[in-house]
Amino acid sequence: MAKVIYKLEDDISTDIIYPGRYMATVLPTETPQYAFADIEDLNKMLNDKKAPPNSVIVAGKNFGCGSSREQACSTLKGYELIIVARNFARIFLQNSINLGLQTIVCPDAEASVGDDMEISADKLINKTSGKSFEIIPLPQARQAIIDAGGLIPYTRKRLIEKAGK
Amino acid sequence: MLQTVVQKILARASGKNHVEVGEVLEPRVDLAMSHENAALVLNQFLEIYDGTGIEAKVWDPSKIAIIFDHRVPAESKKTATNQKKIREFVAEQSISKFHDIRGDEMGICHQILPEYGYVRPGYVVVGTDSHTTSHGALGAFSFGIGATEMASVWTLGSILNVEVPATIKVIVNGKFQKYVAPKDLILYLIGKLTAEGANFKVIEFHGDTIKNMDTSGRLTICNMSVEAGATSGIVPSDEETVRYLRDVAGVKDEINLVVPDPDASYDRIIEIDASTLVPQIACPHTVDNVKPVNEVEGLKIEQVVIGSCTNGRLDDLEIAASMLKGKKIAKGTRMLVFPASGNIYREALVRGYLYDLMEAGAVIANPGCGPCLGVHQGALGDGERALSTTNRNFKGRMGNPISEVYLCSPAVAAASALTGVITNPNNGSK
Ligand code: SF4
Repeated sequence: MAKVIYKLEDDISTDIIYPGRYMATVLPTETPQYAFADIEDLNKMLNDKKAPPNSVIVAGKNFGCGSSREQACSTLKGYELIIVARNFARIFLQNSINLGLQTIVCPDAEASVGDDMEISADKLINKTSGKSFEIIPLPQARQAIIDAGGLIPYTRKRLIEKAGK
Repeated sequence: MLQTVVQKILARASGKNHVEVGEVLEPRVDLAMSHENAALVLNQFLEIYDGTGIEAKVWDPSKIAIIFDHRVPAESKKTATNQKKIREFVAEQSISKFHDIRGDEMGICHQILPEYGYVRPGYVVVGTDSHTTSHGALGAFSFGIGATEMASVWTLGSILNVEVPATIKVIVNGKFQKYVAPKDLILYLIGKLTAEGANFKVIEFHGDTIKNMDTSGRLTICNMSVEAGATSGIVPSDEETVRYLRDVAGVKDEINLVVPDPDASYDRIIEIDASTLVPQIACPHTVDNVKPVNEVEGLKIEQVVIGSCTNGRLDDLEIAASMLKGKKIAKGTRMLVFPASGNIYREALVRGYLYDLMEAGAVIANPGCGPCLGVHQGALGDGERALSTTNRNFKGRMGNPISEVYLCSPAVAAASALTGVITNPNNGSK
């Protein structure tokens, strides 16, 4: 079961997720401290470890728009968050797939903070309200990367194949 | 069988004659660009090789470009150390397209790539920067990717799982009115499309206005295509592309133009009459919150910024200098100018633009990203408002979440610097 810990509006940019002034910090082990640095209560909740893995953030449309900075993904992945949005900006979505951050495309999701969610391959069920919502699956081509455990192991496999030839 | 430019480019890069929208390909990459975030790419690259027993070597050091621009000269020991690590890696791997912190050849990555002839029509270009869309100005298919994806490109030389994007055709005809520029056109288009209107799609630009637009203007419109969510913007290569590559970039070898089939099929077609456009402005805190400048005239501004990969080129500095020459910037307003490259800086110096701007009260910064991403220079104070020729006005973009950024053309920025309030240059300096 996954609990909704926060709700965000439309067009949450990578500047909101991971402000530019922290860009000199690059390592996935170090980025989580700055997640949503300008949304103080959310940043505090995460840093105080009040959000267990698989906590859900529900956002509107175009989540992750803006910069290609991968810190915006690693910072969220560090807390094993699940992001539910109406849709995602292209580079953010690709980065999420590459790093294994769970992003759920759910155009009609309705949820409030504190609601319990159950997520399956094609449905998001809000256990609190009893309503269920359709999930749009990822493009098939992307699934191979997820199945391999992310882009690093996927590329490593390809590298070994290439070297073996 | 009719194809858009991007379909043609992707077909060639994948060894095919024809590709369909939605088809999944693994095209080879002609140019792979990073800036300071090469530090993260490097980390991920070494992780790919970790435990394989294979020596970590990039696939082709001549096809990798690394340009220091985001935080130059370094603002912190962390950045300086990242830059040092990258410098060592560049030397070790013999990466040739490297632009370090040097006055004579530094600049913003999206300016350096065209200026040095690194991008050619028909190329597949990827960059660890969302504004990599810029290079569509030279007829390349050019898009932003993340650092891990770049590490994969460095390893394999191809980009995994690219879906052939659908294309939106934008046809622009007519002549711009005085003080209306390519920046106004792209702001207007983003306002129309919205910030997600072109998500996962390419914008292909056509029409007389585009034909007559020089590469500088084309870079501006392709640069900001990503603000409508587009994977890339692209101007099919033509005589202007050849002129730019030969005369400005000094390219000597063969240039192969790639143009779309006349009846290629498009996702949608948008027509714009450029002659009816007035100066535009993007209001906080989203780039698609676009209005004619008249609607916000009179708002007080504390900072004016002229520069960035969008509008930091010679023609941008020229118009600002011509409007400010012999005048003074309003008291209470600071103006920061950061040329997009060392070559532009030098030329603006020789032509006297920098002198005119400085005499008017502007601060001339070194080439680089400067205040654009709010990490290095020119942060805003609490409650302050900036008017900027950059490309993003997201909350906190200029270093402070309780400040505002408005986006406009260099002409609007210069006219407003004189008055200290947002001003339409067509209304004269009041
Ligand atoms: S000038 Fe701004 S938008 Fe352009 S590359 Fe630099 S930070 Fe990015």
